[in-house]
Amino acid sequence: MLIDVLSIILIVAGAAFFLAGTVGMLRFPDVYSRLHALTKGDNAGLGLMVIGLALQVESLAVIGKLVLIWLLVLLAGATASHLIARSSIKRNIKPWSRK
Amino acid sequence: MSAGMVFDGLLVIITLWLAWASLASRDLFRGIVLFIAFGLVLAMIWVRLGAPDVGLAEAAIGAGLTGALLLATWGRLPRPEAAEEMERPEPTMVYPDRLNEPGIMLRIVVGSALVAIIAAIGWVLLAPAVAPGLTDTVGEKLAVSGAENPVTAVLLNFRGYDTLLEIAVLTAALVGVWALGPAPKVAHATPSPVLLGLNATLLPLLVIICAYLLWVGKAYPGGAFQAGAVLAAAGVLLILSGGRPKIPMSLKPLRWAAVVGLAVFLGVALAVMFGGRHFLEYPDGMAGGLILFIEIAATISIAVILALMFVGGRPEDES
Amino acid sequence: MTSAAMFALAGVGLIVIGAWSLVMRAHLIRKILAVNIMGSGTFLILVGAGGGSPVDPVPQAMVITGIVVAISATALALALVLRIANATGKPALPEDFERDLMDREDP
Repeated sequence: MLIDVLSIILIVAGAAFFLAGTVGMLRFPDVYSRLHALTKGDNAGLGLMVIGLALQVESLAVIGKLVLIWLLVLLAGATASHLIARSSIKRNIKPWSRK
Repeated sequence: MSAGMVFDGLLVIITLWLAWASLASRDLFRGIVLFIAFGLVLAMIWVRLGAPDVGLAEAAIGAGLTGALLLATWGRLPRPEAAEEMERPEPTMVYPDRLNEPGIMLRIVVGSALVAIIAAIGWVLLAPAVAPGLTDTVGEKLAVSGAENPVTAVLLNFRGYDTLLEIAVLTAALVGVWALGPAPKVAHATPSPVLLGLNATLLPLLVIICAYLLWVGKAYPGGAFQAGAVLAAAGVLLILSGGRPKIPMSLKPLRWAAVVGLAVFLGVALAVMFGGRHFLEYPDGMAGGLILFIEIAATISIAVILALMFVGGRPEDES
Repeated sequence: MTSAAMFALAGVGLIVIGAWSLVMRAHLIRKILAVNIMGSGTFLILVGAGGGSPVDPVPQAMVITGIVVAISATALALALVLRIANATGKPALPEDFERDLMDREDP
């Protein structure tokens, strides 16, 4: 019972991080800050969700797979945002600054 | 109205909205990205329907590889003005209401036809089901089929002929893509070291995951197609990091790898006829081993074919 | 109405959305997107009409086959689109692109 409540709290918190990251992506003024908001929010959100789900599972192998998924998303997200930022710089997209 | 149905209803609304947004968006790039998101939400629907095999296939092939192919082709389209405006225009969701005369008549005709289709299919779907379905039929024969996962048993044994033809279609599509012309030239660029570092970690992991999905597909969700798609993703990553559309190896082994799936499947199907059996009728007791053998060959072929189709044409022969 | 029936109706909706765009829009890649969405709708109907609890494995196998065939057709279609665009300069059939000018900023 306590475990279920804890799981729900963690998963909802993770979803809140996802929401925050998405709001950041929609509202921030240029591609660099959007990337920043998105990857940070998604990584933290996914981590919280993975912990919340891991509490529900008995087998250690499944917990291992969940953690592996989180690590892979971290890796892929970091590389993807690096590549986007790199190609944005090559196209001379200037970072937003307060004029 | 249970919580499950509310969740499913939300999924349906999101899916329909994503499909509409993808097709109605002014910017084609945005439309393609929304299509990839649509594919992923669809994968969730497959899981809700109790079909995780289909969910895996949809996420890997339907959303991932199809999205990669679409983006690659979009990138290769000839630009009228070379790279002048790279900022994407602010997207608007306004559907154009251009009202020239042929347009209005076309809309009315197509619209009425579609309303009729909705009514007809919807009426059939909402009527109570009359046929019992094939779940029990499959369940009875599952023990002798050579696989515990009923979907794998259906794919590789009960409806093996369909899968054989499917692999033939895949091979034929590759031949078609190659027949249409040489691979588009890509300007040589140094790949980012971050990407190369990702490859070092990810590619071996993808090979392991492919083998795992293939092996586990016998009893749990998984199978040859999902495994092949994961390996194809590794191939696409390799192509993207090479900075050019050529595969850094001679074409000969790749040609063999592309056809080995069809060859093995066809070979097994014909070889089992030697005992007086029919085409594709596995001998008793050998079904499990034969299914694994066919699946290994099929995985290799699917991976190679899908990765080669990402290149988008006939690669130069390096030999 | 069960969840499966709801998903099947969603499939009908997808077919309708895809068919509308297939007819109304001229850009060939968008047509390919539309056909893919119609295909996904058909798959939903196939599995969803089978009902819920003891889920039927035969339509599932058919849908997996369908997904693979769909990507084969999409790959071939995309190669054709590239040839057409390189040959005629526009990624649309000549009789279509006077009608729909919405994609003018897409190359």
